[in-house]
Amino acid sequence: MLLINLTGLGLIILIIWWFWLYKPTATAVAVKSEKIDNKCSNEVTVVVDSGIYQPAHLLSPENKPLNINFIRKDSSSCAATVMFPDFDISAELPLNKLVKIQLPAMQQGEYVFHCQMKMYNGTLLVK
Amino acid sequence: MSKLTESTQELIIEGAGCASCVGKIETVLNNISGVENAQMNFALRMVSITGDVNAKVLINAIESIGYNAKSVSESSDNELIDEKEIADQKYYNSLIKQMWMALGLGIPLIVYGLAGGAMTADTSLARTVWLFIGVLCAAIMYFSGKHFYLGAWKSLVNHSANMDTLIALGTGTAWLYSMVVVLFPMVLPEMARHVYFEATAMIIGLINLGLALEVKARGKTSEAIKRLIGLQVKTARVVRDNKELDIAIEQVLLDDIVRVRPGEKVPVDGVVIQGNTAIDESMLTGEPMPIEKGKGDEIVAGTLNKSGSILFQATRIGKDTAIAHIINMVKKAQNSKPSIGRLADVISAYFVPVVMIIAILSALVWFNFGPDPVIAYAVVSATTVLIIACPCALGLATPMSVMVGVGKAAESGVLIRHGEALQTASKITAMILDKTGTITEGKPSVTDIIIADRNYSEQQILTLAGSIESNSEHPLAQAIVDSALAKNLVLENTSEFNAIAGYGVQAKLNNQQLIFGNQKLMLKNAIALNDFVARAQQLADSAKTPMYLAIDNKLVAIIAVSDPIKADSVAAIKRLQAKDIRVVMLTGDNRATANAVAQQVGIKEVFAEVLPEEKSNKVAELQAQGEIVGMTGDGINDAPALALANVGFAIGTGTDVAIESADITLMRGSLHGLADAIAVSKATLANIKQNLFGAFIYNVAGIPVAAGILYPFFGLMLNPVVAGAAMAFSSLTVVSNANRLRLFKPQ
Repeated sequence: MLLINLTGLGLIILIIWWFWLYKPTATAVAVKSEKIDNKCSNEVTVVVDSGIYQPAHLLSPENKPLNINFIRKDSSSCAATVMFPDFDISAELPLNKLVKIQLPAMQQGEYVFHCQMKMYNGTLLVK
Repeated sequence: MSKLTESTQELIIEGAGCASCVGKIETVLNNISGVENAQMNFALRMVSITGDVNAKVLINAIESIGYNAKSVSESSDNELIDEKEIADQKYYNSLIKQMWMALGLGIPLIVYGLAGGAMTADTSLARTVWLFIGVLCAAIMYFSGKHFYLGAWKSLVNHSANMDTLIALGTGTAWLYSMVVVLFPMVLPEMARHVYFEATAMIIGLINLGLALEVKARGKTSEAIKRLIGLQVKTARVVRDNKELDIAIEQVLLDDIVRVRPGEKVPVDGVVIQGNTAIDESMLTGEPMPIEKGKGDEIVAGTLNKSGSILFQATRIGKDTAIAHIINMVKKAQNSKPSIGRLADVISAYFVPVVMIIAILSALVWFNFGPDPVIAYAVVSATTVLIIACPCALGLATPMSVMVGVGKAAESGVLIRHGEALQTASKITAMILDKTGTITEGKPSVTDIIIADRNYSEQQILTLAGSIESNSEHPLAQAIVDSALAKNLVLENTSEFNAIAGYGVQAKLNNQQLIFGNQKLMLKNAIALNDFVARAQQLADSAKTPMYLAIDNKLVAIIAVSDPIKADSVAAIKRLQAKDIRVVMLTGDNRATANAVAQQVGIKEVFAEVLPEEKSNKVAELQAQGEIVGMTGDGINDAPALALANVGFAIGTGTDVAIESADITLMRGSLHGLADAIAVSKATLANIKQNLFGAFIYNVAGIPVAAGILYPFFGLMLNPVVAGAAMAFSSLTVVSNANRLRLFKPQ
């Protein structure tokens, strides 16, 4: 009985750590020599598939514009829109289509992106 | 879809399961003549091809070596809508198929249980039968619920959790427990040897059904944008080398001469160069009456040519047309969230892990304090909590209503820029209306000329006034110039022209100093007006704008200009006042004229003689009184006031609007658009509140009931299957409630 109670409490602690306390490492954004408004920008491709953004954590240098290419392979209608609330940007993601989202040069900070229902979540870390 | 390639194109590859496929695909593509370079990203299953080759050729080559490929190149809005509908239908069909598979197992099992059949594994025969059913259930979980488990797993390793996590954990727990009952019954007390395979199958079936119905309902929420996109035609008839050719719309060039016959839609924006017709603009502006168009008039893509055949010159094509801008704006607004949805967003972010914790706590409470069999009660309560919780209903509450509300507004010619404008517009307590072009037609004409100096004739006065005003862009100036030209008067060139905002203009003509403007300008220059002030007052009292003309500091005439009030301004202002909105008129015109116009339209408060730069001060003044202020102007001259107002409304005539300059743009000139915009905003906000309330209450009440809070009082324990049905239909309820807005008609 004690073992089951301890297992339950352990699971609760694991949930808190896994979902809230753990800080995932960001995937470095691949630099591509493309010019937007005469400034060299970075570019990364994010695939929306099986309930998540892949990669979901992006890292980008500060003061550089960033192009994010979204490709949705997930049929779920939840995945059909991506939003960047900090930049007042939202875009529809048609199935199997490349949708390019241009973000302006950004200051240091963490910017989130998500679907309309916040079930698909991603972060953009600018350093 | 095959298209001629641009320099680079990308294809998505299906069926490439191993890294060695990369080499095969790259080789076959690089061997095609015209391909400069083909590189595949295996992680993304995507290949980038540089070169000038038809996409169909590339796809055929990939298919020839056993893979499938799809183009990811840009499509037109029309193509995207078609593709979305096909994709949605495919998704719907697969969900329905998955539902029937799951219910095919779940319904017989649940009927068996309800009919008194034993859902226990007491004998070895029963265990064998249940083992077979358990394996069948696992197959159902794979074929009908794979997307839940895959999504849950990928989210989990990604440190995030979503609806899939809850469904997978709930159904997975029920199945695992049942398998323990079947395979290792000895580890459980006899009373606890109950199987829940029916719950697993039924929940998967019901949730797939809920998702399928949601896909259909969601399709309806975007009907308004589909209608707008459908206004864009696919071909145009252009005149090239004296021949009329039907070509694809993408091939129409700027300055092309385009023919539109009666009954056809205008393909691109342009200016009529030949012919007369009536154009139905109702699909864009909500204006029901067709508008007469002739040489020199602008026409816009998507509108319908009703009567005559016309030729026009293309001035805006492709993404620059008014309809393309409108579609973009509506799409963007539909995807934006007003702040009312923020709380739901915050809750959504923590929701799933919190529900998982509640499920564990609930199981522990049952395990420690519940009746026998504690383990069975613990499993049922945890499963039911996981299944009943629905983060989607919360997340969908706001965006679905915004989607339908913004679309509904667009159908009435009201373009809402973002969700926040929609929310604020519903709370407006005061509305400032600019007079010229908003309450009035904005097309003033000369009504009176009173001569003060008999040395000048009416024609000479009009010539002088027209000459000086031909340098000005003010609407009143245009009225003077038009009047002079209509009388075939020849206007002369002036020098040293100076426009004094809020006063008038001055210039030199034939060595004479001309001053033309309001009373303040005359007083500023110490020009004696004598009893002509009273004459001007009489004109102003009858809603005309008097302007004084002085030559070499001596008054020579008063010219009065009148701007007719729009036919429906009175009724529209009454509608605003009926909504308890304080309506205030704002104008640079003199007080007497302003008061006369205000009286005619039923406005009691007037800000008159306001200089253009002071307009925003008046907005601030009302805001300081605690009002939530809407400001309506033409969107160009009123930009600072529109920006400062809580909601800026730009009013357009026809489709000639500055849609970038305001929070809400009224496509037709009628002030009824304002009342419509506010009515739609109020209805949408009410709908969002209903949705949010419903979703909150559902979760707040449903989760404790699922955890068994009613058991100590009434002996009631929720069945996981009922929880699954409730969860499946909670999202559908939100989407269906949002769809009710489609039937809304502004009063």
